[in-house]
Amino acid sequence: MGDIDLKADEVLDVKGLCCPMPVVKAKKAIEALESGKVLEIIGTDPGSKGDMPAWANRAGHEFLGLTETGDEFHFFVKKG
Amino acid sequence: MATRMAIIASKGSLDMAYPPLILASTAAALEMEVGIFFTFYGLDIVNKKKYANLKVSPIANPAMPVPMPNMIGMLPGMTAMATKMMKGMIKKTDTPTIPEFIKTCHELGVKMWPCQLTLDIMNISAEDLIDEAEKSCGAAMFLDYAAEADITLFI
Repeated sequence: MGDIDLKADEVLDVKGLCCPMPVVKAKKAIEALESGKVLEIIGTDPGSKGDMPAWANRAGHEFLGLTETGDEFHFFVKKG
Repeated sequence: MATRMAIIASKGSLDMAYPPLILASTAAALEMEVGIFFTFYGLDIVNKKKYANLKVSPIANPAMPVPMPNMIGMLPGMTAMATKMMKGMIKKTDTPTIPEFIKTCHELGVKMWPCQLTLDIMNISAEDLIDEAEKSCGAAMFLDYAAEADITLFI
């Protein structure tokens, strides 16, 4: 999962939010995208490192990866 | 068939109202089918006269952030103080209030069933319940739903 260079079609900011809101908001945001489009979710909740891949896989999307910059996590999910 | 989760929410204190709503909204985000059966004090979570004002008791609650002897917890105003303290902690993390969580669960398609027996025992009318709640139902209907569930929780 190290350094990845991914381009997102849509960006969702959930910085400062805690469980379960990043996942709930990601679900709502990805609904607006077409299949195959990539959603980038920017958050600060350390729990999201486990939650986002779990949500993406369980909900039928593809978890592409994660980059960390300082306190921020950038998750990339391709809509299934 | 979608993964299904069936939850029984039986407690009406603020600290016990959050777990079923957090798990339900998360499961719905994971595309699971979710139903919550609100019974006994859990019914307060879907009672529009009460759900915005659920409380935390400091009595017999050794997990309080500031440990408090039961003798002190008994004093007037202590429940209000414990509730205010917890609401403050919750707000700091930007976690939604109970009414906000109910709204989110409803938007995500979570079914929220009030227990008919509890309505009868506590003399609560259907008009007292939040608009997001389904029609009240009995144990058999809930068990029929839960029998097909992959996850069942009693909270």
